[in-house]
Amino acid sequence: MAEEKKAPPRDLITRIQEIAIRENGLPLPPSLAEGTKAKLQSLRLSPADATRVVKEVARRFRRAEVDAHESVGIVAAQSIGEPGTQMTLRTFHYAGVAEMNVTLGLPRLIELVDARRVPSTPMMTVHVEKKLKGDRDMVQKIALQIEVTTVPDVASISAIVEDLKVVVSPQAALLEARGVKRAELEAALIEGLDARLFEVKPGSGSGETRSFEIHLKESVAGAAKSRKEELVEDMPFKKLLIASEQAKGIQIKGVTGIRRALIRREKDEYVIYTEGSNLEGVIEIAGVDGIRTTTNSVFEIYRVYGVEAARAALIFEANRTLAEQGLGVDIRHLMLVADVMTNEGDIRAIGRHGISGKKTSVLARAAFEITAAHLLRAAITGEVDELKGVAENIIVGQPITLGTGAVNLIYRPLSSTTVVTPAAKIEDAKEAA
Amino acid sequence: MAQGLSKRIKSLQFAFLSPDEIRRMSAVKIITADTYDDDGYPIEMGLMDLHLGVIEPNLRCRTCGGRVNECPGHFGIIELAMPVIHVGYAKEIKRLLQSTCRACGRILPGAPSTRAEPVNDSDEGGAAPRAREPKEERVCPHCHEVQHRIVLDKPTTFRENSHKITPKEVRARLERIPDEDVRALDLNPKFGRPEWMVLTVLPVPPVQVRPSITLESGERSEDDLTHKLVDVLRINQRLRENRDMGAPQLVVEDLWELLQYHITTYFDNQTSGIPPARHRSGRPLKTLAQRLKGKDGRFRSNLSGKRVNFSARTVISPDPLLSINEVGVPIEIARGLTVPLEVTAHNQEVAKELVRRGPSPSPDEANRYRCGVNYLVREDGQRIKVMEKNAEACAELVTPGSIVERQLLDGDIVLFNRQPSLHRMSMMAHFVRILPHKTFRFNLCDCPPYNADFDGDEMNLHVLQSQEARAEAKVLMKVEEHILSPRYGGPIIGMLHDHITAAFLLTYQNPTFTRPEVTYLLSKLNYPIPPPAGKDKDGEPIWNGKQLFSLTLPSDLTLEFRSNIWARCDCQPLHCKHDAWVVIENGVLKAGTIDKKAIAYEKGAVLDAIARNDGMPRARQFLDEMSRLAITAIALKGLSTGIDDEDVPEDALKEILGSLESARAKVNELVEQYRKGELEQMPGRSLEETLEVMVRRELGQARDTAGEIAGRYLGLENPAVILAKSGARGSMLNLTQMAGAVGQQSVRGERLLRGYVKRTLPHFARGDLGADARGFVSSSYKRGLSPTEYFFHSMGGRESLVDTAVRTSRSGYMQRRLINALEDLKVAEDGTVRNTAGTVIEYKYGEDGIDPTRSYQGAPVSLDEVVAQVLGRRVRTSEERRADGPAGAPPVSEEEMDLQAEAQLEEEAEEEEAEEFGAPEEGPEFGGE
Repeated sequence: MAEEKKAPPRDLITRIQEIAIRENGLPLPPSLAEGTKAKLQSLRLSPADATRVVKEVARRFRRAEVDAHESVGIVAAQSIGEPGTQMTLRTFHYAGVAEMNVTLGLPRLIELVDARRVPSTPMMTVHVEKKLKGDRDMVQKIALQIEVTTVPDVASISAIVEDLKVVVSPQAALLEARGVKRAELEAALIEGLDARLFEVKPGSGSGETRSFEIHLKESVAGAAKSRKEELVEDMPFKKLLIASEQAKGIQIKGVTGIRRALIRREKDEYVIYTEGSNLEGVIEIAGVDGIRTTTNSVFEIYRVYGVEAARAALIFEANRTLAEQGLGVDIRHLMLVADVMTNEGDIRAIGRHGISGKKTSVLARAAFEITAAHLLRAAITGEVDELKGVAENIIVGQPITLGTGAVNLIYRPLSSTTVVTPAAKIEDAKEAA
Repeated sequence: MAQGLSKRIKSLQFAFLSPDEIRRMSAVKIITADTYDDDGYPIEMGLMDLHLGVIEPNLRCRTCGGRVNECPGHFGIIELAMPVIHVGYAKEIKRLLQSTCRACGRILPGAPSTRAEPVNDSDEGGAAPRAREPKEERVCPHCHEVQHRIVLDKPTTFRENSHKITPKEVRARLERIPDEDVRALDLNPKFGRPEWMVLTVLPVPPVQVRPSITLESGERSEDDLTHKLVDVLRINQRLRENRDMGAPQLVVEDLWELLQYHITTYFDNQTSGIPPARHRSGRPLKTLAQRLKGKDGRFRSNLSGKRVNFSARTVISPDPLLSINEVGVPIEIARGLTVPLEVTAHNQEVAKELVRRGPSPSPDEANRYRCGVNYLVREDGQRIKVMEKNAEACAELVTPGSIVERQLLDGDIVLFNRQPSLHRMSMMAHFVRILPHKTFRFNLCDCPPYNADFDGDEMNLHVLQSQEARAEAKVLMKVEEHILSPRYGGPIIGMLHDHITAAFLLTYQNPTFTRPEVTYLLSKLNYPIPPPAGKDKDGEPIWNGKQLFSLTLPSDLTLEFRSNIWARCDCQPLHCKHDAWVVIENGVLKAGTIDKKAIAYEKGAVLDAIARNDGMPRARQFLDEMSRLAITAIALKGLSTGIDDEDVPEDALKEILGSLESARAKVNELVEQYRKGELEQMPGRSLEETLEVMVRRELGQARDTAGEIAGRYLGLENPAVILAKSGARGSMLNLTQMAGAVGQQSVRGERLLRGYVKRTLPHFARGDLGADARGFVSSSYKRGLSPTEYFFHSMGGRESLVDTAVRTSRSGYMQRRLINALEDLKVAEDGTVRNTAGTVIEYKYGEDGIDPTRSYQGAPVSLDEVVAQVLGRRVRTSEERRADGPAGAPPVSEEEMDLQAEAQLEEEAEEEEAEEFGAPEEGPEFGGE
């Protein structure tokens, strides 16, 4: 007994699968086996009952399997398309973050199947490392690091034409709120302005809020004066305006593309939601949990993590969009769409620029869109339509190759002329022998 | 009838017609631009030449001798005086010219793109990716000829160093390209030499392709293509004359270009860069490309979809007494639709009798419809229309092998469809019931899959014509086969509206019924009256509603769930004071109210369980019986709702108005704060946005409060509330809007804003940000809206109308694209999902190979159900037990449970093995499941 106990107990999953194999000849899919395990663990059943449960699970699983030749593609397309009519068109506030607008409903679904490179409202959900998740201040700091801060966010910019200077005066409150030091601002200004034209000098005030003055470089100002025509063309104050415009666009810190980062408490952790998306940039930030951080831009996920991740993202996004509208659509349909889109190793759109345009059948392509061009091309390249798909066969008036059309059953009545089948021949041969 | 295997087209080869081939296949050379002479007879060598085929009766084709429906039509030919570019290939020609030497025709190194450009849609609006232009002048490695840049001046003019290259020259250059270089350029010389892209002869399609129509006035109107061909012929003629006469180069070139224009528009009248050729009336001509293209083009309109015979369409109306598998067909329609009856020695006499009846037999003794016969197809294939007069004679012609087209009968299987056909449940098979009156009728439960209502909807019906089709329809398309939707693995066919109200009235708080009532309730059902549940105070037997409902349930049904009316009370099952916890044991409703959650489509747990465990026929029976019981129940109990259902007492009204008033004040306060700049800005929001968010929140609350106050006076004795709470129709929000306040109106998700300068209506001050000025409707529908409120309400209403209109077209296109992209996918026999090219899309469908239709709301198996079935009772999980309090067993740690469970299985497995070795293997897949 003692020895037996020492032996590593056989895994519960393995036991379940053994029973299932005995019942069906096939193991259960992992998810179902896991579910069964969890169920068995939560119930206290007699051994006999437990086995009966597993057996029944296996039996029911068998019963629920798809039939061969089922046209799962059409079913998926219908299941996603049909509820489209029930969806809203409007952009809604994201559930939970009232401050942010996110495209949802039909436009979002269309955007997903279109495989747009940039979603109309890119958005990220940034999780921080587990040890920081309850620390509001830390999370806030990270958020500030992510969010793009431009000069006008922390300072007021004014061009003073008579003195030929642009004054950038940092605001104490804003600096504080954005967590920007004066030095950072200065560095950004020097970096961001066209050094050939402008120089940055300290201005009035003191301490953190001491302002900056942007002047035209002596050489530039002087050079402009020397030539008459240029004086008219490029008057110094015009350049000054350029400087003020440039200053307005200077990014002091943050991850490019993230326009806003908001913090929200979600259960026991603070999560950062961002407007704008830049997965590459954000996962590099210290403290950000790269594993749980995600974006609604499928292409970014594809770029950073590859097709498999993109497929998962497509399924997740589509599912979320539909679920948000209260429309139940089986995940298998969404998986199929995502699999079709990512099958070739990159993301292809549903439509004439993607999957439909790449079909092998000329007739199927011609029947979808841009009819004439496809036919003309087929002629010069001498294309052959193998008539394997659905659309082609419908066009030529033949049964399709799916469902009941995929199988042939030939019935030859016995009565009429005796047909010698190969089997009959063998029988005859046997008899003769 | 042809029996056995039919031929199957294996593949289609696309190719070019060479000029020689065009000449060979042409029956006549067309030289005259005229069509008919003064007697209306086709002119020889004209566009309507009799060699091209015939479209008029009494004439015979000069080529094949066939008459109108026998002659397939023959092509003619126009010999072009000068070669002309084919518009569709202008780009291709450019590519070839650029890629080959202008002198020797050999392929040049670094040709701009050796791969043929993929088809793009530049001719339909999109931007086309341009082939890279060669940058410097190149020299041919074969003949050292200096190459020039070639520009395509759209649509059909080629220039080399701004010198025009005539089509003749283009053709000469293309001719010089050797076959192997053509192949290197991704074209296939076997199916088309490049020079054939420059036309020297033009095929003239047969007259069947471009029939002329005779108007009532006797005037003849020619087809657009004929018109275009006339133009081509005319210019061609003039060009030839001018050229032969040695006219000035300029004139010849002009004519040549004109010919090019006509031929270009003959192919595609929407070529960008040139004006479309127009009819005299100004309508652009529909030429070849237009015939094929787009929604009404040949492909989408005539090849991918076709018009059919043996179909009917009429208005639909409900009939709760029909089975969900049936459709009521008007007699008039039944007489017009036929089913082919193949006559054999066995049914010859029956067939004769049918034919004898003629096309409109009189009703039988019981005044029931009898079917007649419309056509008789003799053994030799001749079709005879059966009429009253010739019925007897026709009956004599009925022999084995002939086909009698008999009219529709009860029990025939037909397809029934409502557009838009968005999913497969939009077309299902029904059994025919011939009924009086003029509409199609069906059970109300079939409304959700068809998305039908009876406000004038029409539906189509198709009669199946072959045994194979009928068999498939019966097995795959019957309504009962579609009770469970593949979209979400739950019922899509189920009870709705009055059915749910009726079920509620029948089961809520278990009302009792007397014998006469029960007799009526069960009058539409085929059940004996069950033993009474008890006696009333007078000693009369009484029955209760739950008992009657239980009659329709299968006896093995055991189920437990919460009703729609459940208001988050935490009563125990069987003891819920709101009667909101449904307990069904062995087909008996022990407690709870049957409402939306139990029997409605999409939600109904009872329906779901029956369909899954007892099979579709049982589910159909349940629906049939339940809808019959429901109509008697609601007729007996009665339910009416009117405007006074939304009446609230005087003081409640005062309370509502008071709360609205205070909300208004609060909004004003917010606006005031905002004006003074005292409003605290939300992070990441502008001050204006902050105000909007806060105001909206405040007003939303105000509406809810108003509703809540009103709701206090709306209890379950109120019919309108019964409708809402049972899930039959409407929601509490609707009632709130009727009794409390309608609430904020919005356009684009924001408070109303636009209209006049800085205000919505001239009734308000400019810049008024208050509740009333920005579309808050504080009246209720019952009290009535003020004029400004009414206007605001219409604004919101208009938006939703526009929204719906836009949405249908957008989602329609999305669905078309999805279908097109996914249509070829199927589950192969090995369980993988593949497209028709054989590419694996998924290794296992949906990662687990489960059919969503048969899934349990997406899950492969309902574990709870399995456990309940195995143990014969519902078992609570340990979490639930824990939640229920300390009464249960002490909580067990997870590892502990794991060990326990494992030990269980361990033991069991051994027992089982012994068992299995003893008994012969019984494959469950062949067992009677």
